[in-house]
Amino acid sequence: MFSISATIEQMVKIGVEALTMSSLTGFSVGLTLAMQSAKEMAKLGASEYVPDLVCLTLLRELGPMLIAVIVIGRSGSAVTAELGTMKVSEEIEALSVMGINPIRFLIIPRFIAMLLMLPVLTILGDCVAMFGAWLICALTLDMSVATYILRSIEKAGNWDLYVGLIKSFVFAWLVITIACNAGLEVRGGAAGVGKATTNSVVYSLLAMLIANAILTAIFFIVF
Amino acid sequence: MSAQASTPNAVKGDPIVEVTDLVRVFGDRTVLNGVSFKIYKGETLVIMGGSGCGKSTLLRHVIGSLKPTSGSIKLFGQEITNMNEFELNKIRKRFGMNFQFGALMQSLTVGENVALPLLEHSDVDASIIDLVVKMKLELVGLTGFENLMPSEISGGMKKRVGLARAVALDPELLFSDEPTSGLDPVMTAVIDELTLNLTQNMGMTAMIVSHDMASCFRIASHMLMLGTGELQGKVVAYGTPDEIRADSNPYLQQFIKGEADGPIPLKLSKNEYIKRLMGE
Repeated sequence: MFSISATIEQMVKIGVEALTMSSLTGFSVGLTLAMQSAKEMAKLGASEYVPDLVCLTLLRELGPMLIAVIVIGRSGSAVTAELGTMKVSEEIEALSVMGINPIRFLIIPRFIAMLLMLPVLTILGDCVAMFGAWLICALTLDMSVATYILRSIEKAGNWDLYVGLIKSFVFAWLVITIACNAGLEVRGGAAGVGKATTNSVVYSLLAMLIANAILTAIFFIVF
Repeated sequence: MSAQASTPNAVKGDPIVEVTDLVRVFGDRTVLNGVSFKIYKGETLVIMGGSGCGKSTLLRHVIGSLKPTSGSIKLFGQEITNMNEFELNKIRKRFGMNFQFGALMQSLTVGENVALPLLEHSDVDASIIDLVVKMKLELVGLTGFENLMPSEISGGMKKRVGLARAVALDPELLFSDEPTSGLDPVMTAVIDELTLNLTQNMGMTAMIVSHDMASCFRIASHMLMLGTGELQGKVVAYGTPDEIRADSNPYLQQFIKGEADGPIPLKLSKNEYIKRLMGE
């Protein structure tokens, strides 16, 4: 049986410690998206549609993708570096020799933590991004809180949220699989750890973007 | 002297460790070449040899971390070369391994490192585990260090914590990779005494890889030397410390006396040097 306390520890490392970065990213994306769309929509006389556009874009695409990018750069790379360092310093071999399964002891807690925390971070990132977008709507379009919320809820259905969550769950699975595999396969000391960490980030980003395109296509066809 | 010659089976019962014709090839390089030996209960076998002779590789095969190209390895009478991880883990609970650089979990404290095998493989109460951790750390002269992180202690201390962790479950068999290298002479003597106490008084069996000749002769009941160069990975000598001292093999004598001149090829000959330089 895997350790619950080790899983919680990893949830803190992978999720809670990435909260500030994810929030800042969400906030800046929300602001930017609202500013860009407010300007263009105003030219068409459709400023009231800014919350619709921002909400749908964030829930379906930008939220899951950008938070995944943050988690890949921060937590995925950290997992690879940590496991890689443990590999070269014989810690993983020591676990095996003590009769402790390294997969159960090291990998499963990280896996569960990532699968739980990336969707949670995505929801929180979406919320902060929506807040950032509202600030722009309130300051430049003189939109009330009630109007902003009503327009957002009116357009975004449950499935828009579910699509984002399904995506972030798939991204989490890809990121942690690549990160753990890269860490466990490290060869050649410190240089090997550096190379594995770079590969982990690059392959995770690539896998995430490809998976996003495939999932978007599936949801586009189905819904 | 053959590895089997000086170990009469009838007197000592079944061997705890039995290695027969072990061969390991990496690419086109044969690192271990027909290594055979037996270790009986309560014995301490010291594996020695020059750098790159395959001592640590041999140890890794015996603990099941590496699979041999051919040959047999039996621990407690069971063949381990064809075991899966699940079967190996059962055997691994019966032995302890002290790694060359400690291999401590950097995210755990010294105490938690020593407690790890107890937490994983026993159902004893936390207060008992605390007590055992204190006792094991006291054995290696590290009383009061349980709350420090591995990054806060020296290399020699890490090695001693590794030994405390290796004996945490009071295993029947102890493997140790260079347990005294990097330790001061007093601490080397303490570790040697601990090893002797474990084997002579508590019946533990030990297989130790070491370069430290004084320490080797102090703790060994048997010694085995692996060769380098033309004798790469072959057993050059095997016997009790007295037999090893009396052995006239110049290769062995050069090694145990630590002499620069002798049959062990430390430098290339003039012709060999020119050949390599010219890429011939």
